[in-house]
Amino acid sequence: MRHFRETIYKRVFTILAFASLLFLTGIVLTLFVEAYPFLVSHDISRTLFGLYWYPTYDPPEFGMLPLITASFVVTLGAMVVCIPIGVGTALFLHELASASQRAVLKPLIEILAGIPSIIFGFFGMIIVAPFIQGLLDIPVGLNAFTASLVLGIMATPTVASLTEDAVSFVPRSFREASLALGATRWQTLIRVVVPAAGSGISTAIILGIGRAVGETMVVLMVAGGAAVIPGSVFDPVRPMTATIAAEMGEAVMGSPHYNALFAIGLTLFFITLAINIVAEIISRRFRLKLGLGR
Amino acid sequence: MQTRNAGHFIHIFSRLLFLLVLMPAVSCSNPEAGSTLTIKGSTTVLPAVQVGAEVFMNRNPGVDVSVQGGGSGVGIASLIDRTTQIAASSREIRAEEIERARAAGVHPHETIIAMDGIAVAVNPSNPVDNLATEQIRDIYTGKVSNWQELGGPDCEIVVISRDTSSGTFEAFEKLALEGRKVRPDALVTASNQVVNTTVAQTPGAIGYLGYGYISGRVKAVGVDGVRPSGETIRTGSYPLSRPLYLYTDGKPAGEVKRYIDFLTREEGQRLVQEQGFIPLRQGGRYSGQWHGPSGLASGDQAGLSKCLSSKRKGHLRRGRPLIEKRPRRVS
Repeated sequence: MRHFRETIYKRVFTILAFASLLFLTGIVLTLFVEAYPFLVSHDISRTLFGLYWYPTYDPPEFGMLPLITASFVVTLGAMVVCIPIGVGTALFLHELASASQRAVLKPLIEILAGIPSIIFGFFGMIIVAPFIQGLLDIPVGLNAFTASLVLGIMATPTVASLTEDAVSFVPRSFREASLALGATRWQTLIRVVVPAAGSGISTAIILGIGRAVGETMVVLMVAGGAAVIPGSVFDPVRPMTATIAAEMGEAVMGSPHYNALFAIGLTLFFITLAINIVAEIISRRFRLKLGLGR
Repeated sequence: MQTRNAGHFIHIFSRLLFLLVLMPAVSCSNPEAGSTLTIKGSTTVLPAVQVGAEVFMNRNPGVDVSVQGGGSGVGIASLIDRTTQIAASSREIRAEEIERARAAGVHPHETIIAMDGIAVAVNPSNPVDNLATEQIRDIYTGKVSNWQELGGPDCEIVVISRDTSSGTFEAFEKLALEGRKVRPDALVTASNQVVNTTVAQTPGAIGYLGYGYISGRVKAVGVDGVRPSGETIRTGSYPLSRPLYLYTDGKPAGEVKRYIDFLTREEGQRLVQEQGFIPLRQGGRYSGQWHGPSGLASGDQAGLSKCLSSKRKGHLRRGRPLIEKRPRRVS
């Protein structure tokens, strides 16, 4: 009887564990199947490097380059915001903060991480965009810069808490050895602790990038939505996710436009896949360098 | 010991099964009448349909009306795969959609429930009160890019459009642009409200949105000398007006017919009107107001002077080096 129960538990948990694999396969298959009619009927290089996105005109144009560029620009901008703030916050929490400061800061950062993205989007549209517009005296506040700023703030908690975890996993002995050799706290932090936590920190940053690339609501509301390659960071842009979100609802099912949106989804999928692979390579290299290889 | 354990296990299992069987019965809020009506589609038509549904449900306690957005395309697609009984649309059904519907054994039937006008809105600080359709077309295609060319201040035009697959865009494209392409660097927003907010926040902006969504924070300009109003939209003398549709599978029957009849008759039409749409028949004066120059005589001059002082024309132009784009603070 006990054996029977054991078997049931084992089966159930095996099924649960493989469920995510099933979902992944399902999603990838759907993406391919729905994007396929578009991919076979359109020149891929002309799609990827085309400059104009006019999906509903006759004849339609499906140039994705402005959308891809927009995603990159916005993500890059978000990184410029969230890496210094996130890593800085983590190092402060770990090295300098008193117990009471930690007790306040850590839960607050976690709350920030839990705020739904639509709230960030709303905040960005109503507060940040008009403020930036007035401050910099530009024609419109809904642009790549504002979107980067809001996305960066949004990704900060992810980077901060993961970096903090990584730093706290550095063995005490490392720090003690460094201090015993006469290094200052700053030297210990920069030359010993941060490199030792390098794999964890880079994973944190890459997960932050992942969050920014895939974020939809914020860019839909704040980025402005102009499908052109931006001439500056103060131009409105239209990232891939925003395009899918804005147009999927109204696209005729099974039309080239509908399939093209899935093709964007597929492109996005490959980009995040590449990010994950790079993350894996970086963290492995760091581990080997420090002799922590598994 | 072992048998008792097994018995316990079976007991829990049977309880779970019982719960599973029970759940659908519990979740159905109205097991007796059980009549549900689903409406899906255009977010433009939604407010009218929603308010109609609320009153209709009060009158008919046995009927449960569920209203969902998603867009005209989603509504019609749902009608075709039979996940909704009524599709709300702010555009006429397309030929390809009718084909798909026929293939699936669905025969779309069209009912017009109201008229909608597309208002062209500018920031209240903008002195321009009237635009010709041709001028609107020039603005949206990029031929004209400064308000000075239209009798306004020396201020760059920030063009705000809707995503190209929205019903409002489609109507605007057909009515105002005559199929010409919107300049690619126009801002594209996802809803009428966002257009409203953005125009209200941006001194040089121009946008278009459903007449029902015009708020006091923006100024609707006249088109070809005709102000958007209930009268001008219903009669079609306002150039940018369009009908709103409900699509059903075949002629409406049963609850669907009762709902649509309710919406298109006197009481329903009054509700539709309260949502800012224009009723089909002339029934009393239109209560909506026109937020034109009379209401905003002075305007927000602060926003305007800011735009004037910047003198940074061609800001949205492409291909300029990044460093040159660094904005100057204005003293």
